[in-house]
Amino acid sequence: MQGRIHSLESFGTVDGPGTRFVVFVQGCPMRCAYCHNPDTWDMKGGTLMEPSYIIEQYERNSPFYVNGGGLTVTGGEPLMQIDFLLELFTLAKEKDIHTCIDTSGIAYNPDSASQREKLDRLTALTDLVMLDIKHIDPEKHRELTRQPNTNILKFAEYLDKKHVDMWIRHVVVPGITDDDKYLYDLGYYIGQFHNLKALDVLPYHTMGVKKYESLGIPYRLKGVPAMNQNILLEKKQVILEGIKARRAQDEKDHPAGKA
Amino acid sequence: MRPEWTDFVGGKWESEINVRDFIQKNYHPYDGDESFLAGPTQNTKDLWAQVLDLQKQEREAGGVLDMDTKVVSTITSHGPGYLDKSKETIVGFQTDKPFKRSLQPYGGIRMAEKACADNGYEVDPEISEFFSTHRKTHNAGCFDAYNQEMRACRSSHIITGLPDAYGRGRIIGDYRRIALYGIDRLLEDKQAQKDSTGRVMTDDVIRLREELSEQMTALKLMKEMAASYGYDISKPAKNVQEAIQFTYFGYLCAVKEQNGAAMSLGRTSTFIDCYAERDLANGTFTEEQIQEFVDHFIMKLRCIKFARTPEYNQIFAGDPVWVTESLGGVGVDGRHMVTKTSFRYLNTLTNLGPSPEPNLTVLWSTRLPENWKRYCAKMSIQTSSIQYENDDLMRVVHGDDYGIACCVSSMVIGKEMQFFGARANLAKCLLYALNGGVDEVTKKQVGPKYRPVTGDVLDYDDVMSKFMDMMEWQADVYVNTLNIIHYMHDKYCYERAEMALHDRDVKRYFATGVAGLSIVADSLSAIKYAKVEVIRDEDGVIVDFKTTGDFPKYGNDDDRVDLIAQDIVHKFMTAVRRHHTYRNGIPTTSILTITSNVTYGKATGNTPDGRKKGQPFAPGANPMHGRDTHGAVASLSSVSKLPFKDAQDGISNTFTIIPGALGKEDKVFSGDIEIDLNK
Repeated sequence: MQGRIHSLESFGTVDGPGTRFVVFVQGCPMRCAYCHNPDTWDMKGGTLMEPSYIIEQYERNSPFYVNGGGLTVTGGEPLMQIDFLLELFTLAKEKDIHTCIDTSGIAYNPDSASQREKLDRLTALTDLVMLDIKHIDPEKHRELTRQPNTNILKFAEYLDKKHVDMWIRHVVVPGITDDDKYLYDLGYYIGQFHNLKALDVLPYHTMGVKKYESLGIPYRLKGVPAMNQNILLEKKQVILEGIKARRAQDEKDHPAGKA
Repeated sequence: MRPEWTDFVGGKWESEINVRDFIQKNYHPYDGDESFLAGPTQNTKDLWAQVLDLQKQEREAGGVLDMDTKVVSTITSHGPGYLDKSKETIVGFQTDKPFKRSLQPYGGIRMAEKACADNGYEVDPEISEFFSTHRKTHNAGCFDAYNQEMRACRSSHIITGLPDAYGRGRIIGDYRRIALYGIDRLLEDKQAQKDSTGRVMTDDVIRLREELSEQMTALKLMKEMAASYGYDISKPAKNVQEAIQFTYFGYLCAVKEQNGAAMSLGRTSTFIDCYAERDLANGTFTEEQIQEFVDHFIMKLRCIKFARTPEYNQIFAGDPVWVTESLGGVGVDGRHMVTKTSFRYLNTLTNLGPSPEPNLTVLWSTRLPENWKRYCAKMSIQTSSIQYENDDLMRVVHGDDYGIACCVSSMVIGKEMQFFGARANLAKCLLYALNGGVDEVTKKQVGPKYRPVTGDVLDYDDVMSKFMDMMEWQADVYVNTLNIIHYMHDKYCYERAEMALHDRDVKRYFATGVAGLSIVADSLSAIKYAKVEVIRDEDGVIVDFKTTGDFPKYGNDDDRVDLIAQDIVHKFMTAVRRHHTYRNGIPTTSILTITSNVTYGKATGNTPDGRKKGQPFAPGANPMHGRDTHGAVASLSSVSKLPFKDAQDGISNTFTIIPGALGKEDKVFSGDIEIDLNK
């Protein structure tokens, strides 16, 4: 099963632990206003590649990745190409490669038995999922991404049940995703998960604007400034407070050992 | 055992000159982290403020603060110079005051005159007269022997940056010998060497005997010079401060007499550490004091200056001295060679701030201790001042007491040296192959009148075969030019101070180099995988290209083009190896034009890869700018395919990355939610 690939990056240092070989898949149904890879949206673009070819590329330089790194699939939306992912990760696991999916969770359909069967197999081959929750509020989420967040949040629950390690990523955009109330709510929501291993709070930046210009796509966040690092740290703290509160609450409701 | 050596573990090094044996028996590998390091003392801060002020004055004066125009620099030509004698724990300047550049005419009087004139000074006419009439220089010697072809190649820049008008450098004396043995013992050894030469007076034996005498003179002068600073270096150093001071005196003598293209220091930190550990254990000095000695030593190395011309500075992009010091590495017995003093050297980047000099070079091995690796990475991110070299590769060839001269040239300290040979412009050679030896810029017939390319579309096999022929010619004229250069340098500008700190029979590497490798690889790839049409000017000379279609580009871990690059290096080296080399030097080549790639680009016309006339070459073995599109690992992987056995003088890759792209700032990201929650 060939994958539709946007590009391969041999030196990924910000997409999961360690130094990673990063596969950017082509195609995404989300239209996040701040997306810095609009060139990966088109479902028909990209280059077709065999999973074996990608593993071969990885293996060529595996000494760079063995020490705490691995393989990350991002995009685009990886879960739109689940059959390809299954084949890729099966090969990766044969070589004992650390596997990671960076996803928005948008493709998750809790009502589909056939998808569930595939996801069950895929999560068994996956060491880490980085789930990017764009906004905790359903309406704001729709505004920002043109998609609902219902299934995205359910995907986090699913991953928790499957005991797949999860990092939550959240991009803080000034005036759009920096409201303390929602950040706290986000923390409170993800605080329930036992598989949560890290919180990755990312600052909004404007480096993607040029891509929009060259693709002729209007940029919705024109004039929004990049996120300030110090404010970002404060915002991260708000999310952490939410996590703490949820954990304290859960502890109260289900004291340790009885949960 | 001599009293200065008390508490050291004895061995072969006591009865023969053998610094490596001393180090191996006495060094203590350090696995800990940097928490023991001391900050700068008040004296260090004061002295460094003085240096910063002098640097500012120098910049304001247009780049040169003071020049000696009357006194020809020798080991003892100048009295002592100081910043502030009461505060300096390590002393010594090249002339009688800091930032005053010395006059060194032995490489070439015209270069010395021009260096002065361009900076608003004038060499004393008597000295000019003396070196034009009575005493020949290296430069004059070279031009006496050059033939027409060599001169033409030199001015068209197909061979370029040749050390025929300036000091060749790249020779590292084993300056540690002075600290360990003292000059008197070294003199005895040199006398024994002289007594051991052959009795039949062939050219070689005569030259050796004369050189050994020169070396002994240098050693005697070193004692005199040190005495002017109040030090007796006839005997071994007694403690770590003296060990650093004596080592530095040795280096200082070298830079008083040689304005070389690279004047590197060697591998001193682990040697020094043997003394530091002993003195710490005995309570002779504290950590603060030892760091202060190291800081003052490094500060002195940052003040090494030479008189140079704007043209020279253009070739080397600035005014580099290449005071390279090699740190760390792993010993042949498997123990790593990182010591506390390795940390102390890097700590100068914190105590004195970042600096390109001395060129602190970490000999990298996968087997280095984790704490050291982390510290190096941290200091690289903070200061961008550290160079890395592959110890696992070089240890196989050189063992564990080698050092780096300039940026990548490896040699065993005190046992090996090299004849520096600048480089051959391979991109230009490819254009000569297409044009039958006619220079694409000057339109002169510089190379041999081979058959030029005739059609309108370049054919890979045809171009390759012509290129190989032209490369054979280029290697021939290049090696022979270098033969003249090194003959004359030995004759008129001999490095007596550095060679005095070598064994009698040294291994000499005959270094060559190439520039423009990635251009040639990409050009040949374009010819092979795309369609390249030639554009000729009114004289029928190919001056431009029209390339249709895409082609694999070097720097993307793509064997189709990477193997072309590999093949070119091998073929060039094979062509070089065919030739006689001066003093039976072992031919090597390097791919390392870190700075001069800009100048070479200026002298080279349009190339089939799409590079335009005058555009810079990529530095060293780097892919061309912006053509590596698969990330750093793929880019490095292409470079790593170049064969070290065919480029033993080194392969360099310049790597720039913004800290954010190396991973997230640790404050924003930890990768561990429990740590975040418990903050």
